[in-house]
Amino acid sequence: MVATTPQKVGWSVANIVTIVLVLIPLVWIISLSFKTTASITDPTYFPVDWTWANYSGILTTSTFLRPLLNSIGIGVIATFIAVVLASMAAYAVARLRFPGKSVLIGVSLLIAMFPAIALATPLFNIERLLGLFNTWPGLIIPYVATGLPLGIYTLSAFFREIPWELEKAAKVDGATPFQAFVRVIAPLAAPGMVTTAILVFLFCWNEFLLAITLTATTASRTAPAALSFFTGDSQFAVPTGSISAAAVVITIPIIIFVLFFQRRIVAGLTAGAVKG
Amino acid sequence: MTTVTPPVTAQEPVAGRRRKAPLSEGARAERRLGWLLCAPAVIVMVAVTAYPIGYAIYISLQRYILSAPQLTKFVGFSNYGAILSSPFWWHALVVTIIITVVSVGIEFVLGMGLALLMYRTIWGKGGIRTAILIPYGIVTVAAAFSWLYAWTPSTGYLSALFGNSAPLTSQPKAIAIIILAEIWKTTAFMALLLMAGLSLVPEDLLKAARVDGASAWQRFTRIMLPLMKPAILVALLFRTLDAFRIFDNIFILTQGNNGTGSVSILNYDNLFTGLNFGLGSAMSVLILICVAIIAVAFIKGFGTAAPGTDLSR
Repeated sequence: MVATTPQKVGWSVANIVTIVLVLIPLVWIISLSFKTTASITDPTYFPVDWTWANYSGILTTSTFLRPLLNSIGIGVIATFIAVVLASMAAYAVARLRFPGKSVLIGVSLLIAMFPAIALATPLFNIERLLGLFNTWPGLIIPYVATGLPLGIYTLSAFFREIPWELEKAAKVDGATPFQAFVRVIAPLAAPGMVTTAILVFLFCWNEFLLAITLTATTASRTAPAALSFFTGDSQFAVPTGSISAAAVVITIPIIIFVLFFQRRIVAGLTAGAVKG
Repeated sequence: MTTVTPPVTAQEPVAGRRRKAPLSEGARAERRLGWLLCAPAVIVMVAVTAYPIGYAIYISLQRYILSAPQLTKFVGFSNYGAILSSPFWWHALVVTIIITVVSVGIEFVLGMGLALLMYRTIWGKGGIRTAILIPYGIVTVAAAFSWLYAWTPSTGYLSALFGNSAPLTSQPKAIAIIILAEIWKTTAFMALLLMAGLSLVPEDLLKAARVDGASAWQRFTRIMLPLMKPAILVALLFRTLDAFRIFDNIFILTQGNNGTGSVSILNYDNLFTGLNFGLGSAMSVLILICVAIIAVAFIKGFGTAAPGTDLSR
């Protein structure tokens, strides 16, 4: 479609407005994180005196570093397990004929729609009885379970796009279905699996409700949860600056990561939406 | 831990070679492989969702207060009765519905605008897509703190802009800010799903309509929207259910004070300040029922509006 000059200008203005609206809250929290204790009560958008003190403060305390480590560890392990299990199931869904397939899809859609709070109450009780409360597995297991529907949904959409004739060829050459899966299809499926891993990891990194419900100390509390428990009574004289710095620390790497993988993320988010 | 590493042997359809099922060796192997591959995922999902839900239903029928375990006993549906006759529950439900409806409604309009913008922009197409992924990538809690401090008197630029006011202490303003935070964070998701739907609309069809004299609005409502229906259903359903379970933003922005708590917040408070598990579990079950009603209503609503059934209406 040919756009006229006023149309071009219109779209450009809309573009710029969108970008500015997106950036305002982000730049604000960054700017807060650089404000000095004295100037944090001065409501200017940009800091007048700049300081790294908030960062050196949080990056030398286990109150934040340990949760950061928990977030990374729990996120990576949960993502790995979820993607492996989801790949297996998605392969079966996309590729094999077996009774119970629609039940599987139905169940995982149901779980994708679950409100986390409905799980938090019973899981809190069950995990205390099983000794999983406030441990890494105590968060990893529910994260795997809630990441699985997303994984199965996204991966089966990707798997439908793979040239499956190659699998037949492998079978003709004498490979078992399992060998065909591992040797031929898995390498082709890698891009979809990377995308799914990114989405599941983002989910784990962002998750908050279960993280505050199923943990009690920094032994397993993840970064977003720890952030919400920063208070002025500890070593943080003014929590605003510390919380802002911590928020930036857990946000900026993810934003860079998201921007770096943006094509994959867009493809992954929309994979199942169109084809159904 | 016992639930995560399942040695999968449960389903063995091979036991007897019955003539009744004339499955070829290949089909049988395929079937077995299918079950085998799905079993670990199914076991984990069932162990972490179905089992706790069953457990929650069981607990919801008891008086079960963590601080007074000696009082535990079966009380039938009285927990449900207590919740359904409590103004707190209905208030939280109304707040949740308001937040859900308003934020999803605005997100749909903005998301559609953004989708069209991304679809139609000539230069800087990548720029806008990159930009809208920033709110998607940001941790909700971090974004919520940004909004919280922006509206905190004598700290925030937005509060200063509005005469150093404290809008988070007033119910309607606080709800508006919660909605704003939701919209900022999740419109991108809506826009991306809708853009995927836009790619389903054939350009030729739009050109033909244009030649036939259809206005831009007519082209949008008569051609684009009906063709995008599947993508719209997915986007609205996902976002509605997601908005209904809103927790993070409220927890950071107001802790549910001043009548801004959603049902998730109320349930959380019941669990951790009241330590009343019977009541909390019953509330969890009720929230689950609400979610089921929304999902069914959506699928039914869109089902009857599907192009194929237009004639019967």
